[in-house]
Formats: sequence, structure tokens, C-alpha cells
Amino acid sequence: MSQDQLVIAGKAYASRLLVGTGKYRDFAQTAEALDASGTEIVTVAIRRVNLGQNADEPNLLDFLPKNRYTLLPNTAGCYSADDAVRTLRLARELLDDHRLVKLEVLGDPHTLFPNVRETLKAAEVLVKEGFDVMVYTSDDPIVARELADIGCCAIMPLASLIGSGMGILNPWNLKLIIEEAKVPVLVDAGVGTASDAAIAMELGCDGILMNTAIAAADDPVLMARAMKLAVEAGRAAYRAGRMPKRFYSATPSSPSEGVISARK
Amino acid sequence: MKIRVNGEERALDGVATLADLIAVLELAGKRVAIEKNGEIVPRSRHGEECLSDGDELEIVVAVGGG
Repeated sequence: MSQDQLVIAGKAYASRLLVGTGKYRDFAQTAEALDASGTEIVTVAIRRVNLGQNADEPNLLDFLPKNRYTLLPNTAGCYSADDAVRTLRLARELLDDHRLVKLEVLGDPHTLFPNVRETLKAAEVLVKEGFDVMVYTSDDPIVARELADIGCCAIMPLASLIGSGMGILNPWNLKLIIEEAKVPVLVDAGVGTASDAAIAMELGCDGILMNTAIAAADDPVLMARAMKLAVEAGRAAYRAGRMPKRFYSATPSSPSEGVISARK
Repeated sequence: MKIRVNGEERALDGVATLADLIAVLELAGKRVAIEKNGEIVPRSRHGEECLSDGDELEIVVAVGGG
């Protein structure tokens, strides 16, 4: 078990759960939930600084110990390749030549579905500029292949819409992507509860990235722990290899011989 | 001198360099990244990077997000 590590862009991680830092009550709860999740990679967003007000506003980065978490700056809210690339160049500057990034280029404000054309365009530029690109995309196996061919270090298809908690809607497409992929495949978006996470891991996903499922739970810290256990359980089940399904045909678990006889 | 900071136009006097602007905006010592007219200005160059009329700046921080 100790050897079963997630390797992304040459770095090994013991945890296969990546967690977002949005939507918590406050930074203290963010830190507590991250701790309970056991995560080692946490996403952050890049936004314009508040000017002229809240000069003493706390900084998220102060709550994320550098030696504990690998930061994964994202391009959430970007609707063009150009905006996404500029955002990640800013992230690289902000985080001292940081290379590991999450690329997402959105195509629609209602569904937050990715704009695949812009995503491919941005990925090409970022890979050329030396970024290690983990890329959010649709669950189209051909697009996943193209993103891997460009040189993205992880493919992150949606399981359902961002923040929807609708679970794994198309396990068949995910499976196709996983079976073909030469880089890690992580489900990014759609997981709502622990069983969703376990299902994704049992399919053979290398990891899961989630935010709302934890942050929007009634008790985010407890849900973070549930997700940690679910990801571990799902991964173990995948590695163990499940029994074949026998449809409409039971087989007893106990010996058929030696059952006491019925009394007349 | 008029420059745009994070989409808002500001009239600023006595601000020659990016470092001056950072001080005026009370961002000194804060962890920010800055883009000027579409190009990143590395932290090490804030002191020497001159500002001129019409410059467009984006100043960003890390915030919570997925």
C-alpha cells in the first residue's frame, strides 16, 4: 500500500484526494477541512486584490503551510485561452516560479461546461512555457487524448457539472479515458458524497479533485474525512479487483453439504 | 497621470515606479503579482519599473477556489 502513490509531473503523493479552498465559512475552517481530508494538493484561485479597503484582510496563503501542501492555482472564471494563460503567468509570479497549475477554460456561465477549443489552445501555450498542466475537460475520450498528446501532465474530466454534486453520470466515458490514458486521470467536478468518490476510484481514476462536496456539506470537516476514507476505499477496491457480477444467479457463501435435514 | 488598476481608472501624482504605486495602494509587503499592459513584472523589478500615463495594471492575490 505504501508504494501506491499518485505521481504527477514527476512528484509522488500519498493522497489521491485533491481539495479546493473555496466556499468555506472562513480560513480556519478551510484549514481544518484540508487537514481532515489528508490532501496534499490544494487548489487556489487568482483574483484581483481588494484595493483601498480591508488592508489587514487575512491572506489564504497564510493558512496553507508551504511544506505541507502543493498549491494548484486554477483559471476558474476564465472564458478564453488568453485570459487563462495570463492568469497562470500571474500565478507563477505570485507563487515564486510555481509550475503545477490547473487549467480550466469555461464555455458557459450556466453549466460551467469547458470550452474545449480554448482549453486545447491554452494547453499548447502553457506546456510550451514550461507549466505542468492539469487540465479540466469534458469526458470526451478524444479530447482527453489530444490534451495528453499536447503534454498535459494530468487529464481531469468532469463527472458532472461543477458544484452540482450530481455524481458520476457517465462511468463508461470515464472508463474509456482511463483505459487509454498515458497520464493520470482525475475526476474533477461533480462528486457529491462519499459513494460518488468511491465509484470514481473503483473505475480506476488516479485521483479526485473536489471542493463543493466538502465545503457545502453541513459539517465540512466531517465530510472531508468521509472523502478521504472513500477515496482510499475505492482505490483499494480497484487494486483488489472486484468479483465478477453474476446477474440473476446466486451462489451461496456457505457450504452446500452438511445442512441438517428437515424434520418430517 | 492616469492609469488603470484592476479595471478602475486612477489619477495618481508623485508615483514614478511600480514600487511607488504599491506603497500608495498600501500593498507593500503583501503577496501580490502584477501584470502591466499584458506582461508580468517580476517582483525583483518593481523598484525600477516606471509607470506612464495610460498604463493598465492587474494586481492579483491567491483566494479560495476549486
